[in-house]
Parts: sequence; structure tokens; C-alpha cells
Amino acid sequence: MTEAKTLYEKIWDAHVVDQRNDGTALIYIDRHLVHEVTSPQAFEGLRKAGRKVRRPDLTLAVPDHNLPTTARVDANGNKIPIADPQSAAQLEALEANAPAFGIKYIGASDREQGIVHVIGPEQGFTLPGTTLVCGDSHTAAHGALGALAFGIGTSEVEHVLATQTLQLSRSKSMEIRVEGLLGPGISPKDLILHIIGVIGAAGGTGHVIEYRGEVFEQMSIEGRLTVSNMSIEAGARAGLIAPDEKTFAYLKGRPMAPKGADWDAAVAYWKTLRSDDGARFDKSVTINAADVAPTVTWGTSPEDVIPVTGHVPAPESFTDPSKQDAARKSLDYMGLASGQALSDVAVENIFIGSCTNSRIEDLRAAAKILDGRKKAEGVKWAIVVPGSGLVKAQAEAEGLDKIFTASGFEWREPGCSACLGMNPDKVPAGERCASTSNRNFVGRQGPGARTHLMSPAMAAAAAVTGKLTDVRELIG
Amino acid sequence: MKPVRKVEGRAIPFGRKNVDTDVIISAKWLKTISRDGLGEGAFEAVRAQEGNVFDDPEYAGAPILIAGDNFGCGSSREHAAWALDDMGVRAIIAPSFSDIFSSNAFKNGLLAIPLPQAAIDRLMEVAKTDPITVDMESMSVTTPFQDRFTFEMDPFRQQCLMDGLDEIDLTMAKSDAIEAHEKSVDSDQSWHKPVMA
Repeated sequence: MTEAKTLYEKIWDAHVVDQRNDGTALIYIDRHLVHEVTSPQAFEGLRKAGRKVRRPDLTLAVPDHNLPTTARVDANGNKIPIADPQSAAQLEALEANAPAFGIKYIGASDREQGIVHVIGPEQGFTLPGTTLVCGDSHTAAHGALGALAFGIGTSEVEHVLATQTLQLSRSKSMEIRVEGLLGPGISPKDLILHIIGVIGAAGGTGHVIEYRGEVFEQMSIEGRLTVSNMSIEAGARAGLIAPDEKTFAYLKGRPMAPKGADWDAAVAYWKTLRSDDGARFDKSVTINAADVAPTVTWGTSPEDVIPVTGHVPAPESFTDPSKQDAARKSLDYMGLASGQALSDVAVENIFIGSCTNSRIEDLRAAAKILDGRKKAEGVKWAIVVPGSGLVKAQAEAEGLDKIFTASGFEWREPGCSACLGMNPDKVPAGERCASTSNRNFVGRQGPGARTHLMSPAMAAAAAVTGKLTDVRELIG
Repeated sequence: MKPVRKVEGRAIPFGRKNVDTDVIISAKWLKTISRDGLGEGAFEAVRAQEGNVFDDPEYAGAPILIAGDNFGCGSSREHAAWALDDMGVRAIIAPSFSDIFSSNAFKNGLLAIPLPQAAIDRLMEVAKTDPITVDMESMSVTTPFQDRFTFEMDPFRQQCLMDGLDEIDLTMAKSDAIEAHEKSVDSDQSWHKPVMA
């Protein structure tokens, strides 16, 4: 009998090009997504060394981080240039590098443009069992389709462009098994925030996480993408969810996915991609789904989570002295007092978007709360940024844009937007943002900005009441 | 890559846990198309605070940084490694590093040295007054007070760092194996390539 393997081991083993004695291996990379921020220095390196891209046919480039989310073409159909000269230079570099190296490029004003981690699955570029990399840590998202996907730095981007491989040491495996199902009004975002709170921001370091349990089998692909996306916030470079009928149904007919006989052969292979019974994980964590409440962050690390019904913790409540110190600094930065009820915390800004929560299902969940309601007086800025042009078109076909604008939200063009403070969408210093993004680091959404991470429905609820709010109070 | 066999000198006793890459270099500095000049933006928010260790003349030009658990967590931005390098840091000592940062540091010849918290606590003390030495040959961190802490690193990385090897060159020497893998995938998995219009 062959040895029982985890899903991670199966994908790893199928991609070993050269095994070294020290346990590291040269791993083949099947898919490479490239964006404007982490690639210019890599292309420059190739040029200097006189190297070409080994497999342009496995590489896809799209700008997302820098782009303003306001209109990209004027009334006459002419492109509107980016005002910030540095952002414009990065975009120009990608626009020039992609064709120069023979890479397919989706342009800033193309209908298919969007956040790399939204368009990969959406185009069928991301497939189960493939290895996929991108110079962005949220590449972990693609693991939702059963791809071994992880973020890399610019030197590694250059290495993949030149060789289509990476020299890697095998990660440890970690099983996160969720028992039971989520309660009404509880979303995949609440679940992953809860998980990060349980295992900590470094809990998955050195590991690839596989999410297992009925809750994931029942979850849509969009929900799975939200969960796997934030594996990196738990320290894990990659997350995985075994592909199943939902995955196949999601991918079927996508532009870059296999067709005809190729499709059937692919599905037959993908069905083998699951951890065998008896496969051994280096670490196992069990989470009880019934423990998951609508969850928000109170601090400046994604592990600083608490049910929205709770109170800001006291720094002394942590056992680790360095965590106590970090909590004091976080509370100071966040302008919160220990013991304060979260439901009393007012927010001035709402951001619905990012590679974590900008897919059609996320927009539907937010729109459902906002339908027939208006944003509160105290909410100065509320934006919805669809993850791609196709998500935007779908939402408009469903009339969601009308719901958002009627409730006082701005309906924007696709991009990374207010997730990371790299483009004009920023949160002013000292103000709070109810945000569906993935990081609440100091200064992440702009210098001095105070971020509370939460689900799209919760961000919509906060917009309506002007405070952090348990969305369950607004449903049925 | 430049070879690095030994780093010695004063160490900045930063000590903080979960130092994310947004703290090391914030997003506004990522708009560059070059690898140079990022030291100016390193730890900008920390340096805005009065009495921060980075601007303490005691540690001016220190080539070593000591930090807490999970250093370099968050974004994959290699700009974090470039910024540290540009500010003159050649080695970081911490109980653990994020996987991506650790790899980025390696690619830039920046040493990411893992040591247990007890060793970090001791080095934080020593750093206030005396220099520290990181030696790649013996894989050890030593102080003038006979402290000696050994660390682990995979032998491939150790060798690349000490010899300053270019990893792309090393991999390109294996192009036969890469080609063989591609051929086997082409024959076994006809569906494998993305359909690009």
C-alpha cells in the first residue's frame, strides 16, 4: 500500500524538478501572476543579465495596486492618466515590460482588469493542483481552488520569470478542522478572523494550512477564497481547500480553463486531489463553528479579534508581557479604551473591497443589508470597489450598484483601493474605517488610519448605524 | 549577490514582536522602480516618535537589528529587505521570521538569524553597551562576554550566502531537468496550459 499523503504533499511531489539532499527542492511553477508594484526590478534584473522569460505562456500580467479607482477613460473614450507620477511610472513599466517579454497583459481600462487574486480564479487561470505564485502575499487566496499558491518577493519573481521554478524547502502541514456549521449572519470572513484569533498571527508560520470540514464543503468558492486569502494573516504562506464539484462547476467555461476532452481529463485528475485517509499533518487545530460570532479587529495585528458583541480587552489580560506592551500601543494608536463596548465605537469611513472581499457574493451580502437603508450621518466616506471589471458588470446587471449609490456609497472602478494606502483611496489620520480588507497594521490604510477588519455585511451594517454593529440586529 | 561570512558591530535593540513589512517600509515607498534609496523610509512611523532606538546616536550605523517573534510578517514586499540593507543593516536576529521575509532577506544577502527568546533577551541587554558578532562559518552569535548562541539554517542557504552565489545561475544549470519536467507534463496533462486568447 502506498503511503497516505496530504493534499499539500501530493501537489508538492508532482512538481519536484530536482531534489537536494538537504530537503530543499527545485519546484516547477505552473502559473505566475504579475502586477505593477513588485515586478519592475525583476524585469530590470532580466534585462541586465540578458535573460528572457522562460514561459510567457504561463504568465499573466495586470495592474491593480496603484490604480486610482475613479474613472479610467473620459467621456470620449480617452485614457485618463494617473496623476501621481510615481504610480504612473510603475504602470508604464508594466505596460512596456509585458509585451517586451511576450507576456499577456490585461490593461488598466480593459473590461477584465481587476485585482490579481480576483481575476486569476475568474479567468480560469488558477486551476486545482497547479503551483501558482505572485509577488503579493495574498496569493494564498488561490488555494481555495486547490492550487498550491503563495506570495513571493521580487527576486523570486525574477527567478520564476527566468526559470519557471523556485528553490524551496518543504513546509510543514497544518490541518484546521472546523466542526459544525456557521450560524445565521456569520460569514466566511468571520470564520477566518476567528481562526487567526485562535492560532495567532504567527500560528501558521512555516506551514501550509489545509482547511477541512463540512463548513468548507458547503461554502461557495467566493467564501473559500476569502478564507484561504487570509492564511497569510495567520502566518501561513499558503492555504488549501480540496477541490470538489463546487470547484469544477465554478471553473467550467471560464476563458482560460481547459475545454472539451481536456476538461474531462483535468477533472479526472483533480478528483484525486484530496488528503488521503490517515494522512499525517504536522499540526492539527480544531475549531468549533458554533463559537464563531460576527467578528471585528480591535488592534493593529489581525490576531487582535473579538466578537462585535464584546468589549475592548485590557492589555493586562494577556499573559505574554510583549503582547501586553503591543496591546497598549495598539489601543493608543486605535484610540480605544479597555473595557469599552465595541458597539459604542463610531466609524467615519467604510471600505468594501480588496482581494479578500470584493467578489460578487461579497457585494450581494453588503447590498442586502443596505437595500432600502442609508448610511449614517457620521459616515463621511463610503466606497464599494468591485474586485474586477467582470464583477462590476455582474453587480450592475443585478442592480447592486443602484442599491449602493442610493444608500450613499460611491461605486468605483476595480483595484486594490483603500486596502493598502498606495493609491488615492486612503483613510484620514485619526479616523476609523470599517474595512473588508485583510490588514489592520499601523498606517496600512494611510498614516494614522484606524482599521477595523470585518465582513462585507458587517461593514454595511456599520455604514447604516455609524458604529460597529452586530449585523444580526439588521437581519430578519 | 555579495558574499557574507561575518557581521560584527553594534546591534539596535528593537525587540518588538510581529514587526510587519508595512512598519519596515510603508506603501508610499513602494512606488519606486529601483531597489535603491529605501533606507530613508525604513521604520518611518517608528522614527516619528521621540526617543526611538533607530535615531539614538548610540546605535548609529549599527549593522545588526534585534527584534521579537514573527519579524517581517505581512506583505511580500522585498522593499522591506532592500530598505534594511540600504539603512546599513546586514543581520537581523529574532525568535522567528515570516517565511516570505526570510526568503527575501536571503536573496539580498541579508542574514535572518533565528534564536530562542532567552538568547534574544540576553542579546537585547548586551546590545545596549557592546557589539555582537554573527559568524556564518560556525553558525553562531557571540558577545564579548563569552555568550555563544548557535543557530540553524539550511546548508544550501548557508553556502549561497557565504559564497555570494547567484541563485538564478545555479538553477539555470539545471535546465535539462526543468525541460524534462515540462515534457512530462505536456504529455500527461494536455489540459495543463492556460488557454490564452
